[in-house]
Amino acid sequence: MQISLPHFLVVGALLFGLGLVTVVTRRNAVGVLMGVELILNGANVNFAAFSHYVTGGLTGQIFALFVIVLAAAEAAVGLAIVLAIFQTFKTIDVRRADLMRE
Amino acid sequence: MNLTPGKILGWLAGAALVAAFLVGMAQLAIGPAAGAWSATAAGPLGVRDVLFYVLAALTVAGAGGVAFARNILHSAIGLLMALLGAGALYVLLSADFLAVTQLLVYIGGVLVLVLFAVMLTSRIGEVNVSNASVGVVGGLLLLAAVAPVLVAVALLTPWRLIAPGPAVATTAALGDAFLTRWLLPFEVASMVLLATLVGAIVIARKEIKAD
Repeated sequence: MQISLPHFLVVGALLFGLGLVTVVTRRNAVGVLMGVELILNGANVNFAAFSHYVTGGLTGQIFALFVIVLAAAEAAVGLAIVLAIFQTFKTIDVRRADLMRE
Repeated sequence: MNLTPGKILGWLAGAALVAAFLVGMAQLAIGPAAGAWSATAAGPLGVRDVLFYVLAALTVAGAGGVAFARNILHSAIGLLMALLGAGALYVLLSADFLAVTQLLVYIGGVLVLVLFAVMLTSRIGEVNVSNASVGVVGGLLLLAAVAPVLVAVALLTPWRLIAPGPAVATTAALGDAFLTRWLLPFEVASMVLLATLVGAIVIARKEIKAD
């Protein structure tokens, strides 16, 4: 069976699933952000695959480039928030950052 | 530096990934001139197929490392593998500019940022507190619930495929598209980046009491 669209979609689905597991199970805030990056990469693989195999043209690649830009912005702000949480709580365990709960 | 089997395996996997990425780039560079690639693709298992399976395996293995590694630094190395593999897959999809952007922005930028955050926030020596995860069983159940559905959709849907054209350099066409049809999103993205720059500095800096 020649490599075609479904192969890439399967890779994207596995990236998404593993990223979802990372986001749900990690207690380390940096680990959660890594999971988000994995999810975005799974979406990007799908965009590039559909662009190459279904629509032709460059639209999918442009979407993927915007996703990369927003992922970089998200990582910068997210990690800044993690640093702020660490300065406040002296830990980055997301379960202990519960100041607003009480 | 003591070499455990895991470390040796990791180095071998990394070397194989870099080699596969270089081969993929070379394939794109010599693209249309090399009839050998399309000739082998007609066989039962061409070079492109082998490349895809190697890269996909390393990508998914890296993602698995991110999800299940016990040390946060090993998670970061797994993220590196996953991002490199995804970038090489873009080359197979003849998205060369996307692959280079992945390399520059994700691996050169985001991954370094993540490593800085790891170094600044966690006590690296304490492996058990640094990357504890809860509910691994629940996470695996979630994976078992989500992944098969997506994989089934990918495999069972009758996609209307087009014949992929020859691999051409996309950079000039992407630049044209960004400055004509996608001009407004492009400018909005630049504003988002500016806001991110200011916001990240304001959030992360230490408060200096002026008294």
